[in-house]
Amino acid sequence: MQIKLQNFTKRFGDTTVIEDMSLSIASGEMIALLGPSGCGKSTTLFAISGIHRIDGGSLHFGDRDVTTLPPQDRPVGVVFQNYALYPHMSVAENIGFPLRVQKLNTAEIKRRVGEMAELVQIGNLLKRRPQQLSGGQQQRVALARALVRKPDVLLLDEPLANLDAKLRLEMRSEIRRLQRETGITAILVTHDQIEAMSMCDRIALMRDGQIEQISTPSEMYERPASHYVAGFLGNPPISFLKAEANGKLMLGAENSLPMPQGVDASGPITLGIRPEHFGPQHQGPTVTGRVSFIEPQGREDLIDVTLPDNQRLRAIVPAGHDFALGQDVNWQVDLSRTHLFNAEGNRL
Amino acid sequence: MNTSIKGNWILILALTLFSAPLVIMYGFQLIDSVSRPAPGGIIPQEWELTNWRFLWEPIDSARPSIWRVTFNTFVFASTTALLVCAFSITAAYALSRLNFPARRFFLAGLIMLHAFPTITLIIAIFIVLQFLGLYDSLMGVILVKAALELPFGIWIMKGFYDSVPWEIEMAGVQDGASRFRVWWELILPQVKPGLSALLIFSFLAGWSEFILPLVLAPGADAQVLATYMNAVIADDTRPDYGLFKAIGMFYALPVIAIYLLFQKRLMNIYGGGTKG
Repeated sequence: MQIKLQNFTKRFGDTTVIEDMSLSIASGEMIALLGPSGCGKSTTLFAISGIHRIDGGSLHFGDRDVTTLPPQDRPVGVVFQNYALYPHMSVAENIGFPLRVQKLNTAEIKRRVGEMAELVQIGNLLKRRPQQLSGGQQQRVALARALVRKPDVLLLDEPLANLDAKLRLEMRSEIRRLQRETGITAILVTHDQIEAMSMCDRIALMRDGQIEQISTPSEMYERPASHYVAGFLGNPPISFLKAEANGKLMLGAENSLPMPQGVDASGPITLGIRPEHFGPQHQGPTVTGRVSFIEPQGREDLIDVTLPDNQRLRAIVPAGHDFALGQDVNWQVDLSRTHLFNAEGNRL
Repeated sequence: MNTSIKGNWILILALTLFSAPLVIMYGFQLIDSVSRPAPGGIIPQEWELTNWRFLWEPIDSARPSIWRVTFNTFVFASTTALLVCAFSITAAYALSRLNFPARRFFLAGLIMLHAFPTITLIIAIFIVLQFLGLYDSLMGVILVKAALELPFGIWIMKGFYDSVPWEIEMAGVQDGASRFRVWWELILPQVKPGLSALLIFSFLAGWSEFILPLVLAPGADAQVLATYMNAVIADDTRPDYGLFKAIGMFYALPVIAIYLLFQKRLMNIYGGGTKG
């Protein structure tokens, strides 16, 4: 089911949280709303679910206008961060609740609950209470309850935030598998870039109630539309250098880089270099500096290089090198992979 | 076990000393109700059940039977408890979850009413009851008692509602249930511990109420155990302390039984919230 949010505005009292936001999601697509806390991603999610009223704009599921529909009537399943299972009901009763509300007969409910439980692989837990389940199992119950009504849209609000690291990995692929198998249109709200990149077809990166960039994970990583996007994605994060463009990129008095191809700029700009595109193992023009920090990570080391004008570059260097703190180095920059931003922070 | 008793003997001694007067009082209440002490003494001389005669024969012709009075007390306490619970679970839900005009005002008013010395209202209440034709009826006292207990009940239940996660409610609505159904089927079960504690609590409050029935329903038809006892002891022609103690014992037995049975649930009211 295609989702179309147009000129969406949301206010809480006198504060406008989201103004004039538009978002279109293709049928069967899984999209991430990514951003720091307070950027409006959960607000957007709950506006789509119907829990928050929409103060301006419209929302369509396919051809159907659902802008003013109450949450009960929207074909939407939601998985909450704390799962929101009903503590006094068994797993089967939890999953069956939406069907009971629809007044289906007992046999039909039992059949569909069983089907759904098999799909999320908790068929053997149907008699348990939520508090007798592990975090991952609770998550599966929540998914089953959200999907049992066969909704057109699945909304996931930080579904992995309460899980430990190992379960998070497992549930990441599990949620994606379910979404693919059911072919449901899904929206994932998260502040975790790895979750967004690994689970979703597209990412909408939000900032202060606006979508800063919306594109596929690799596109967003390779060609960030702004300084903000480049800084948000990537771990370890990208290094930004202030530079002066005058035919070349001047980095202080000692260092300079040639202008990347196809870029035309002059005056002060910001140069973004990801750690994996700087180091002794690359091809390209060089930058001189001094090793100021080494953080061993096993397979590779993170090394900070401080340039003569006190700006810092971070490099990922394969383990087994013999660089030491305080050593002067002259390392290569993979120029074609660098990002240039103008004074307003937009990509050049 | 041994070491802990040894280690804490000072504490145990202090507790024994402080609780001794209470224990002695309750002990003699029981002993005196089934025995006759020597005149001026406290040692029981003779065991007998004559003090409990009120159970099977009228103690004097002017008074209603004890069973009638007990029935009244039971009706008074349980109706009060049911009324308090019915209004508390709905009003507290509204205060905890719904956004309505003057919500803050109602909350503040609730705390104030809770702390209000209700006895100062007795004359106003008397006039209101008189006007409504409910003076000297059990129904009138029940309404007044329930109204006065409500602020406490609402406040307690609001605390329990506040600790139920919002997401459960949102999930219920998203699953297609109406707000009422969500409240009844999903939220109310989460506050059950509070509800049962409140039910017992307000029953006991009704059971032991004295002033309201005394002032607002002085007639024989609406008498409850507290006023009945008062009448027995106030009978200045022939004060019978043995009888008084036996009735007191009879009056206290349900309370003791309820405390023994429901201790854990009553503790809930101060714990608040659901676990798991």
